[in-house]
Amino acid sequence: MQDLINLFIRSIFIDNMIFAFFLGMCSYLAVSKTVKTSMGLGIAVVFVMVITVPINYLLDNYILKEGALAWISPEFASVDLSFLSFILFIAVVASIVQLLEMIVEKFTPSLYNALGIFLPLIAVNCAILGASLFMQGKGFQSIGEPVVYALGSGIGWLLAIVGIAAIREKIRYSHVPAPLKGLGITFIITGLMGIAFMSFLGIKL
Amino acid sequence: MSAKNLKLIKNPLSKENPITVQVLGICSALAVTAQIKPALVMAISVTVVVAVSNLIISLMRNTIPPRIRIIVQLLVVAMMVILVDQFLKAFVYDVSKQLSVFVGLIITNCIVMGRLEAFAMQNKPWESFLDGIGNGLGYGLILFIVAFFRELFGSGTLLGYQIIPESWYAANGGFYYNNGFFILPPMALIIVGIVIWVHRSRNKDLCEN
Repeated sequence: MQDLINLFIRSIFIDNMIFAFFLGMCSYLAVSKTVKTSMGLGIAVVFVMVITVPINYLLDNYILKEGALAWISPEFASVDLSFLSFILFIAVVASIVQLLEMIVEKFTPSLYNALGIFLPLIAVNCAILGASLFMQGKGFQSIGEPVVYALGSGIGWLLAIVGIAAIREKIRYSHVPAPLKGLGITFIITGLMGIAFMSFLGIKL
Repeated sequence: MSAKNLKLIKNPLSKENPITVQVLGICSALAVTAQIKPALVMAISVTVVVAVSNLIISLMRNTIPPRIRIIVQLLVVAMMVILVDQFLKAFVYDVSKQLSVFVGLIITNCIVMGRLEAFAMQNKPWESFLDGIGNGLGYGLILFIVAFFRELFGSGTLLGYQIIPESWYAANGGFYYNNGFFILPPMALIIVGIVIWVHRSRNKDLCEN
C-alpha cells in the first residue's frame, strides 16, 4: 500500500509529465487560454490515461514482451514482439478515444458538450502515449501499479495545465514586451513553474 | 529546383518555423537537448519520418476516406517510427538508449500529424516530400540552438569535445564552474522562450497581440 502511495505522489509531483518530461506540451500551450477549457481537457486526459495505460500494460505483459506468449504454449516462449509496441499502443489509444467519445456522447451529453472538441485531440497527445511507454520501462508487478501511475501522471498534467491557464488569464493585463507576448512568455513561465516543482525532488514517503 | 520548391524548404527555417511559429512538436524538442549529439540524431529521425510519411500520405491522398484519415495517418507514421527506432537501436545504440521513449513519441509529435493534415493531404508527392524536409530542418535548427547553449554552459563541451579550457575550472585552481542549471529541464523551456523573443523581435510581423 505504501508503495502505491509513494508511486502516486512521485508521478504527480516529481515525475510530472510536463515539468520533468515536457510531454503533452502542444495541447498544453494551445488550450491553456482559460481555466475552464483547460480543466475540461485535463479531466479528459486523466480519464483516457487511466483506461489506456492498464490496457497497454496487459498487452505488454501477455503479448509483446519477450517470452510473454508462453501462456499459449511453451513453443512461443522465445518470441519477442516488443518492436510492435508503438503501433499497438497508439492503436489502443486511438480506438479507446474513439470509443469513449461514442459512449460519452450517448450517455452523458452534458459531459460530451463540455469535453466535446478535446476528446479527439487527445489521441495525439504525447502525454498519453508517453505514459504507456514509460510504463513499459518501469517493470510494474501487478495491475494496480499501472492504474495508480496513470492516475498520478494524469493529475499531474491536469495540475500543470490549470496552473498555467490561471497565470495566463492574469498575465493578459500585464505589460509584456511585444515579441515575448503569447508563446514566449508562456514558455518562460512554464520554466519557472518547473523550477518550483523541482523543489519536490528527493521527497520520499 | 524551382523557386516555389526552394521556398518550401527555406520558409520553415525561419518565417514558418515549426517550433517557434507554428508551435508544433515542442515535447521532444525540449527533452532531448541536454547535449548536441542526441539532439542531432533526433532532428535527423524526425526529418526522415516527416518527409517519408508526407510522401506516402500524399501518394494515397485521393484514396483515403476522410472519416478514417487520422487512423491511416497514425499507422503510416507508426510504421516509419518503428523503422527509425530499429535502425537507431542497430547502429547507434548508446544514443538510442539516451533518447529512450522520445523516439517512440515521434508518432504523436505534432509536427508529423500537423504537416500531414495541413500539407500532404492537399499537395503532390514531390512538394510534400520537400515540405517534410524543410520542416524537419526547421525543427532541427531550433534543437541545435537549444542544445548548443545547454551543452556549452552545462558541461563545458560541444559534441563531447572540451571547449572551456580545463585549467579554468575551480578544481584545477581556476575560477570557472559549470552551470548545472543548464542541464535541468526548466532551462530548456527558458532558452526556447528567449529564442522566440529574439526571433520575433527581428520579425515584427510574427508578434502576437
